[in-house]
Amino acid sequence: MHNVLFFKATLLFYFLGTALFLLNLWDSRSERAEGDKPSWPQRFALFATAAGFVFHTIALGIQLKEDGYIPLADLQEAVSFFSWAIVLVFFWIEIRYHLYILGSFILPLAFLSLISVSALPSEVTTLNSTLLNTWFGIHTILSVLGIVAFSIAFLAGIIYLIQDRFLKSKQLNSLYSRLPSLDLLDQWNKKAILFGFPLLTLGIISGALWSQYTEGTLWGKNDSKQALSLGVWSFYLLVLHGRINIGWRAKKAARLAIIGFVGVIFIFVSLKY
Amino acid sequence: MNMVIVGLNHRTASVEIRERLAISDARMGDALFRLTNDPVIEEGVILSTCNRVEVCAVVKDTHRGFEVIKKFLAASDAKLSLESVTPSLYIHSSSKAIEHLFRVASSLDSMILGEPQILGQLKDAFDHAILHKTTGIILNKAFKKAISVAKRVRTETKIAESAVSISFAAVELAKKIFGALTGKSVMLIGAGEMAELAARHFVGNGVDSITIANRSYERAVKLASTFNGMPIKFEAFEDELVKSDIVLCSAGAPHYLITREAVEKVIALRQNRPIFFIDISVPRNIDPEINDLDNVFLYDIDDLQHSVQTNMATRQKEALKAEKIITEEIVSFARWFKSLDAVPMIVALKDRAEAIRQSEIEKMQNKLGDLTETQRKALEGLTASIVNKLLHHPLTALKNEVHSKNGNMILETTRKLFALEEVLSRDKTEKKED
Repeated sequence: MHNVLFFKATLLFYFLGTALFLLNLWDSRSERAEGDKPSWPQRFALFATAAGFVFHTIALGIQLKEDGYIPLADLQEAVSFFSWAIVLVFFWIEIRYHLYILGSFILPLAFLSLISVSALPSEVTTLNSTLLNTWFGIHTILSVLGIVAFSIAFLAGIIYLIQDRFLKSKQLNSLYSRLPSLDLLDQWNKKAILFGFPLLTLGIISGALWSQYTEGTLWGKNDSKQALSLGVWSFYLLVLHGRINIGWRAKKAARLAIIGFVGVIFIFVSLKY
Repeated sequence: MNMVIVGLNHRTASVEIRERLAISDARMGDALFRLTNDPVIEEGVILSTCNRVEVCAVVKDTHRGFEVIKKFLAASDAKLSLESVTPSLYIHSSSKAIEHLFRVASSLDSMILGEPQILGQLKDAFDHAILHKTTGIILNKAFKKAISVAKRVRTETKIAESAVSISFAAVELAKKIFGALTGKSVMLIGAGEMAELAARHFVGNGVDSITIANRSYERAVKLASTFNGMPIKFEAFEDELVKSDIVLCSAGAPHYLITREAVEKVIALRQNRPIFFIDISVPRNIDPEINDLDNVFLYDIDDLQHSVQTNMATRQKEALKAEKIITEEIVSFARWFKSLDAVPMIVALKDRAEAIRQSEIEKMQNKLGDLTETQRKALEGLTASIVNKLLHHPLTALKNEVHSKNGNMILETTRKLFALEEVLSRDKTEKKED
């Protein structure tokens, strides 16, 4: 079980990355301009995160090889994949937009989700062969990616509220100067939900098809999870409708993205039962 | 040979004197020619901005150099005399001159600490001098170094960061709310000087739609024409609020012109698009309570001034870091500068040749085995004579040419040709240890 070792290394490096990124919140140096090299504390944080990501990828790869199916069968594996994907998104944002400061928000989320499931006992040791269905694989990958998008909207919402607070209270400190503009955060919120919504929709449809395949009914026995998923889905549908047609943007949109994510966490938790 | 600076700035001279001494770009070539006409001046650069006029020069004799430059400055306006200008002038030589140049380039000597224009002006002054061939090896190196020091200060400290004027502070805030300002619209309520200045900054940062409401409609029309803006009747401003992302109020009314109720309605009509109010009127013309509404941001003159003061204090703190950087850089520059002296150069060259000769003799002795006294003397004599003959002309040239127009270049070339940097700097450290 090499992958256990790699998971531990991943946790260790994500912890380091989180700690360094949080320390960087208090670093009064300004955000670097396009083309500048990161400062040393920033490089350490990036390095730790990159190392954690490499170990994580290896661990997932080993698991895939050993199990012979995409490692997404239970809550633990789904969350592990979630945290892997969100770190990948962070690197994409860092390279594309140089918004290094977002690491201080994404890394804690990746680390916390990973540590919270690693505390749980791993339950799926003998996997029901019905789970190996293609629909199941599609269902879980799409759903988790949808959730990654919603968590980006959630973080954009949190940062929006922080930045809004700074502007309103006229506390123009160094963190204020490093956080992105309200407009950019609102754009990300919107784009992330626009991106996540179709993924969740397809995830739910493929889940129903999987249920049809294994249990002969679109609405399976695990109906609390399905009800929750539909609830969250409707909520995001409402949010999109409100944004496009009623003007639920800016601060309101930020709050809604945060509320939506609470529902998403409940879906995750319901996977357990 | 020495490097000197003679000049005046906003602290030492009134604007009446500064404007008389100022040298426009058009007259720069002529002035540089006049300056370097005197044989005591080997190299010269003239920096002339609205806050300072300075001559940076390499002179053969420090004292005479000062006199010549002072006379040169006083001669730039017929109404000025040497006596009337001298009290306003500061003079620096050698490492003090270098320090001054570095501080000016890094904007530590500027009226507004850290303002970025001075570096560009300094580069222009340097370019003029290059164009008119009045710089040589020393000023070329000094100015290039000053520019790189200034850049280092800019990147390693926060001296040039964050706005230190009210209108810039307003623009920075707007950028934190709206991101890029392209496509945003600004409304000015009241068209005073301050509003005009702020509008200029907003336009400079990408705002393309400006609406101007003013009690005097003619004034609104006049101001609008300079920004390609739209003048409206003063009473119409309330209807325009819906379309405005940024509202700058300097109307000077005795009461609130913009009330909470009005803004509540506007924000609903704007479908929650944020709106940024700047109230620079005293007494205030916008109800401060509107800052409690979602997606509404209100800054009054005190808020802006407070942010400017905080930023100014940051710059002063950063200036201390900048001074440290400059001290470091002066040490390295001064070392190079001293190495241009002929005597240590000659000594170093001789040392290098002697060292080579000795080591070659040693090698040869190892190969030939025991030599008789006569043979050894012959070997010594032969090698010494080759070395001396080879060095004779370079050394004579160094001694003779060092005070000529090309002296510094010859020194620098010698240093490079014979790779003497190492020998010269080793000499220094040894001396220090003594």
